[in-house]
Amino acid sequence: MLSGWYFFKPDEARALEAIVDRLIPPDDLSIGGKDAGCAAFIDRQMAGSYGDSSRLYTKGPFMHGLPTQGYQGDATPAMRYRAGLAAIDAYLKKAMSNRGFAQLTAAEQDLFLKDLEAAKVDLGKIDGKALFNLVLQNTMEGFFADPIYGGNRDMASWKMIGFPGARYDYRDHVAKHNQPYPHGPISIGGSPDWSRKG
Amino acid sequence: MARKLPRKDVVIVGLGWTGAILAHELTESGLDVVAIERGPWRDTATDFNIGYVSDELRYAVRRDLFLQPAQETLTMRNTTSQTALPMRDFGSFLPGTGVGGAGVHWNGHTWRFYPSDFNLKSHLTERYGAARLADLQIQDWGVSYDEMESAYDRFEYLCGISGKAGNIGNKIQPGGNPFEGPRKRDYPLPPMEMTYAPTLFAEAARSLGLHPFPTPSANLSKAYVNPLGIAMGQCTMCGFCERFGCANYSKSSAQTTVLPVLMRKSNFEARCNSEVLHVNLDATGKMARGVTYVDGNGEEWEQPADMVLLCAYGLHNARLMMLSKIGKIYDPQTGEGTVGRNYAYQTNAGVQLFFDDKNFNPFVAAGALGQTVDDFNGDTFDHAALDFVGGAGINCIPTNGRPIGFRPTPPGTPRWGSAWKKATRDNYLKAFGFSSQGSSYAARGNYLDLDPTYKDRFGRPLMRMTFDFPDNDIRMSHWVSDRMEEIAKALKPRQYVQARRNKSWNSVPYQSTHNTGGAIMGADPKTSAVNKFLQSWDVPNVFVIGASAFPQNAGKNPTGTVGALAFWAADAIRNQYLRNPGPLVQA
Ligand SMILES: Cc1cc2nc3c(=O)[nH]c(=O)nc-3n(C[C@H](O)[C@H](O)[C@H](O)COP(=O)(O)OP(=O)(O)OC[C@H]3O[C@@H](n4cnc5c(N)ncnc54)[C@H](O)[C@@H]3O)c2cc1C
Ligand code: SF4
Repeated sequence: MLSGWYFFKPDEARALEAIVDRLIPPDDLSIGGKDAGCAAFIDRQMAGSYGDSSRLYTKGPFMHGLPTQGYQGDATPAMRYRAGLAAIDAYLKKAMSNRGFAQLTAAEQDLFLKDLEAAKVDLGKIDGKALFNLVLQNTMEGFFADPIYGGNRDMASWKMIGFPGARYDYRDHVAKHNQPYPHGPISIGGSPDWSRKG
Repeated sequence: MARKLPRKDVVIVGLGWTGAILAHELTESGLDVVAIERGPWRDTATDFNIGYVSDELRYAVRRDLFLQPAQETLTMRNTTSQTALPMRDFGSFLPGTGVGGAGVHWNGHTWRFYPSDFNLKSHLTERYGAARLADLQIQDWGVSYDEMESAYDRFEYLCGISGKAGNIGNKIQPGGNPFEGPRKRDYPLPPMEMTYAPTLFAEAARSLGLHPFPTPSANLSKAYVNPLGIAMGQCTMCGFCERFGCANYSKSSAQTTVLPVLMRKSNFEARCNSEVLHVNLDATGKMARGVTYVDGNGEEWEQPADMVLLCAYGLHNARLMMLSKIGKIYDPQTGEGTVGRNYAYQTNAGVQLFFDDKNFNPFVAAGALGQTVDDFNGDTFDHAALDFVGGAGINCIPTNGRPIGFRPTPPGTPRWGSAWKKATRDNYLKAFGFSSQGSSYAARGNYLDLDPTYKDRFGRPLMRMTFDFPDNDIRMSHWVSDRMEEIAKALKPRQYVQARRNKSWNSVPYQSTHNTGGAIMGADPKTSAVNKFLQSWDVPNVFVIGASAFPQNAGKNPTGTVGALAFWAADAIRNQYLRNPGPLVQA
């Protein structure tokens, strides 16, 4: 597991870990988003060129656009997480007897996330549904990306669905129509089996 | 102030697919050529390295190899009554950057257009009457398929295209596309070995009386040595093709087909990380003197040259012409002006199928490995009783099973939680899709010009794109979607889900990087920016090469035709222009 947070403050990290663990709950199919490292993944993304939108066109004027014109806000993903997690915290502390997201029961957490997804939570200036979509998108990126990014520990998601990862050569299987692929996944960083002794 | 460099015979703007071909051809004639490329130098061993190339997050999601909007973007709107806003991130299409251009990370579907695509206006008018085209701004190309045949052949042999001919010298070949124009010989390589999904698709299509055939691919079915003596490897169906460079030297690109020879020539030079700002014209505005560019250190240079070739990708060709004041910018109100005219795109739709009892191994895939049905493309079928012109190829080409992007679940599945997880696991191996790639016919209100508000990093106007799907194209797409539904039913899935094409064009979800028009070719300087040899009508020592030249787009990927146009223009320069520099066609 990666340790230490690059972008999130301890309270933010705790809330985000709790969120990703409901989006991808631990069950008999796989470990949960928290253990897989999805929050740590998002943390690293926020600290880089994705988080600060440095590759995007960020010049003004900023105007409200049509849906076909895409995101027109001036906030970067990092700014949206910072403000969004704070708004969620303030909202919940008020509505849920001073408890933040991490302090809710799993059932309460799910209910809140469903409401957020359905645009039923009023977070003031923040568009709760757009925030939910951003977090969901980044969580899935982490869970399904190569484990080198920290969010797909032990290739948990790849094992779950049967994606062989970075193998790069399927010539021996192309003609084997409808037959299961016989090998497990490999990451860019190799396979955990390779470093296990004995 | 820009510092002036020693003169060259030819300066090429952009070292992508077309730039590399033109550079090779013109250096063969002994010309001193420099290519100026705004992105970095890239090569297989260093930049598409097998140790790290299969990284979905980096290349497919964060799009590491592509043009970043911070460097250049466009503004967009659907109609002239709206205010265009910048594409702050690219979505619907993804322009390339760096040596090799978009050819580095394309899929490799490599098509010829139909003979009737080239004289489209005359052909459709004759067959259906002029009234049928009233809402459209369809034009002839000024060049015929027969004139283009050998140029197509040269591009296909340069690339090692893997496919099956359908028509050799007007003899229909079993197993190929029976509708294609006649070719002199078969493809250089046989088709790729088929995966399961396209095999089932082809069986279903055949059961309906249709004519499926292997999609011609620039993913090589076998090892190959091209006419320049450059060796390529067999595609391993790695499933990291579109948006990625190929680590196996198996995908045709400037890197794998031209550069190893070009870079050794003493009369060629590539200057990377150098962005051309504009073409410099003389006082009359009728001759180019060279270009001005900014290098990686932010320094400005003037590169004088006798000829300027714009090979910057269609959209950027159009913008460079506008910024350089070559030709007059199109005005949709008056219909006057030619630069920016007839911008067109691609009219796509899809269908996804879910099965209970099949395993498609979606990760065993390549960018262009699949089957196509062309029975409803272009004018291969009679439109007399229909209310549209044009058509679409129906393509079953599953390109990958990369799980950030490919996680099919039936509609109604939650997007998170345990139920989501179970559906994701249950369907990952058991679903596939196919899609229609439809023609995009020019309309008066679809065009490119300069944005009045938004500027690039040098303070110059961004290009503004005004586009929506014409009603004709929407009707076409729905009709083809009905045909796709018939194929979907014949496949007997548990469930199928259609994604039909409707207005308005949305710049966010990826559709295709097949932007055409803006500097179109033709026989009349009032309605085209370049003549049939891709020479500017206004500044005859400037040639503009790319899909910018298409008067409208066909229901096929553009690059087979773009590559052929590169050879076609190179021949015109080598065989005609160099002997007698000046307009090759009198206006
Ligand atoms: C994801 C993707 C998939 C695709 N799949 C297919 C496919 O399957 N089949 C198909 O037919 N086509 C496909 N295409 C399209 C194909 O890549 C292009 O048609 C082809 O690369 C066009 O060649 P070009 O030379 O015009 O442009 P490019 O190959 O893009 O080269 C243009 C070069 O010019 C440079 N340039 C631009 N402006 C400047 C400037 N001002 N100064 C200096 N340099 C500049 C760019 O950096 C670039 O390197 C795909 C494209 C993408 C992005
Ligand atoms: S699918 Fe084939 S051509 Fe494409 S990147 Fe992989 S090996 Fe190369």
